[in-house]
Amino acid sequence: MTVNWKQWLGSLAVTAVVSSAVWAQESHVGNLIGHAAEGKKAYRRYCVGCHGSLGDGNGDNAPWIDPKPRDFVAATFKCRSTPTGTLPTDQDLFNAISRGFTNSNMPHWDSLPVQTRADLVAYIKTFSPRWQSEKPGEPIKIPAESAVTAQSIEHGHELFQKMECWKCHGQQGRGDGPSAPTLTDSKDQPIRPYDFADGRDDSRFKCGSSNEDLYRIFMTGLDGTPMPSFADVIQSNDAWDLVHYLRTLQVHRHSKENEVARGSGGKTVSAGKPSGGS
Amino acid sequence: MEMCPRRKGARVGCGSLPKWFLFLTLLVSFVSTSQPGYAIPAFARKYGLPCSACHIGWPLLNNFGIAFKDNGYQLGNDKDSPIYQNPAYFPITFRVTPQWHLENTNKVAIDQTGTEQGVTTHGFDLSGLDIWTAGTLSKNISFQVLPSMEEGDSFHFESAWVRFDNLLNSPWLNVKVGKFELDNLLSEKRFLTLSGVGGAWFNYHFSPQGDINGFGGIGDNQLGVELSGHNHNSYSRYSISLLSSVDGNPGLTTSLGGVANSNTARSYDVYVNVNQGFPIKGLGVQRIGAYAYVGLSPTYYWTTDGGQTAVQAKGNRSFSRIGAFGWWFIKDLDVETFYMHGQDNVFLGNGVATNDAGSLPAGAAGPTWNGGFVEAHYTVNPQFIFTGRYELVHMSRQANPGLAATPNLGNVDSFTIGYRWYPIMLSRAGLAIHNEYSQSKMGNLAPLSGTDQIQRSVMVGFDFDY
Repeated sequence: MTVNWKQWLGSLAVTAVVSSAVWAQESHVGNLIGHAAEGKKAYRRYCVGCHGSLGDGNGDNAPWIDPKPRDFVAATFKCRSTPTGTLPTDQDLFNAISRGFTNSNMPHWDSLPVQTRADLVAYIKTFSPRWQSEKPGEPIKIPAESAVTAQSIEHGHELFQKMECWKCHGQQGRGDGPSAPTLTDSKDQPIRPYDFADGRDDSRFKCGSSNEDLYRIFMTGLDGTPMPSFADVIQSNDAWDLVHYLRTLQVHRHSKENEVARGSGGKTVSAGKPSGGS
Repeated sequence: MEMCPRRKGARVGCGSLPKWFLFLTLLVSFVSTSQPGYAIPAFARKYGLPCSACHIGWPLLNNFGIAFKDNGYQLGNDKDSPIYQNPAYFPITFRVTPQWHLENTNKVAIDQTGTEQGVTTHGFDLSGLDIWTAGTLSKNISFQVLPSMEEGDSFHFESAWVRFDNLLNSPWLNVKVGKFELDNLLSEKRFLTLSGVGGAWFNYHFSPQGDINGFGGIGDNQLGVELSGHNHNSYSRYSISLLSSVDGNPGLTTSLGGVANSNTARSYDVYVNVNQGFPIKGLGVQRIGAYAYVGLSPTYYWTTDGGQTAVQAKGNRSFSRIGAFGWWFIKDLDVETFYMHGQDNVFLGNGVATNDAGSLPAGAAGPTWNGGFVEAHYTVNPQFIFTGRYELVHMSRQANPGLAATPNLGNVDSFTIGYRWYPIMLSRAGLAIHNEYSQSKMGNLAPLSGTDQIQRSVMVGFDFDY
């Protein structure tokens, strides 16, 4: 048997170039430096079934998963600390891997060593050319939270109405607003608005569980979904008021916001009922 | 086969390479680029995760798999309750291992010759069938039922339990009731060796010669209640179990010298296991832990019907198995280390009832022993894993001077090597090709010569589930 070993060497060279590109990709999470080559091994072990070997969200299990796995080639990420339309920071991706996504098949991977998670971030960034041509956005500044008062909750309710949040999330935050059935994501897949009313003490939002996370969500938006950024629409104090009101929609959750709302006679909560309703 | 058309005078660019080199290159390329495996189907179907997400190489769990199991087979992404599953989903997996195997034992006393001879048997066989169903009944209520068919087609329940998870919204409080595997981080139910000799850890089942203790070892599933907990990533774990002294046999069945008696149990054992993981940058999560099993076993029975029926276990005496373990990772190489100190009461060790204390030999003592193993796994990729183990159990004190005359009596020295290759692993089924060789030396157990006896196993088979 004879072999064209020039072709073999050529293939090896191409492989080497691709490999070196992977090697060159790094992530920086705190003091950690993630390496794409190591991340590739972890990706093949943990992620490929859903996100696919090409990172396009078309893994073998993707057809049976709702919502669909993230498409890393498009490099559009919901959970960011950066303004809408920009790439997330490495820390954002690291946090998303660690935290997982509620109401999806993406579990929290915090049982993996932090180095492995940092390596995964580095490898995920190799799927899209955006990471070669763009830099991540600058993380938004989150001012100190304002005091929770009946007035702030009431003002948040007014903003909820004024900005028409209810159109998707519903007047009681059940995710059943009039626009809800029509919503689709950037891949034309049906998508459901977040159901605040179902929230318990252990509830989480798509991108975290704290008030700060909620503030960040509507100041950065959830890219790839109908949830826009309101950074150019409302001021930070207004945003905190909106946070306080949204917390009162989680009627089963023990929170300071609900205590204040109940202390004020439940006025703000009842105000959230559909207009014209009983 | 001509892979490169010859051109007149063209010698450069169309050379030839040795066939063995090409074969080796292709083999290495295939092994090193194999796609990752997909999982035990019961959970893979539910969550759509590859099996390699939870297993170093199934059934051996990795960190994520340990956390998933500790959380009651829940990922914690609010899709754990069965209500979110397609109604057609049923959480069941079948596992079976058709195989060819060879068993050899030297120095067996043969009646026909009156001498010790080597005995070898081999052939095609079936290890049995596990029908494994597990999952959640509701959010934070998990279960497992595992009927297992043995050789001879009889069934028994290897596991059957319900677990209440995350009580008071805390991962530190979980309560399991039923028959379950003890919380051994180094799990014998999930290890990678299956042959006749290598298919169990000797330390997990060891009993001294002449001992009548009915406890089968910490490798046996037990009946009782377990309180357990863990931190958010399951690096810190603990469990405390209160167990009936029945070695996992239902019907309040105790045993004495290998003879079982139902409806006789009246005592309890306790098992405690604590372990801690700590990541080392670039190497992986290292784990260390300690355990203790303290229990009681009868030395005689109250009987009725003229001695025909045992009605209550009596003369319970204590035994213990305590030790420590570690699980060390150097990237794709992991090494399990295990140590055990065992001790049985003098009555158990000498097979003497407590109401017949005068029958104890002069100088009798509770037997004690020390044992351990080192087991390594090298994961070439999620579909190809090598394993090797050295294990020993050595008596430190025999039960009486008669036994002590042969101090190595019952000692075990064993090793096992093997590999598992998972060529077909889809999200709904998996197949492993399993090759293994194992050997053990049993101290002074040759029945006529009193010398060491060697047992060997060779296994070539398939391990599949769907």
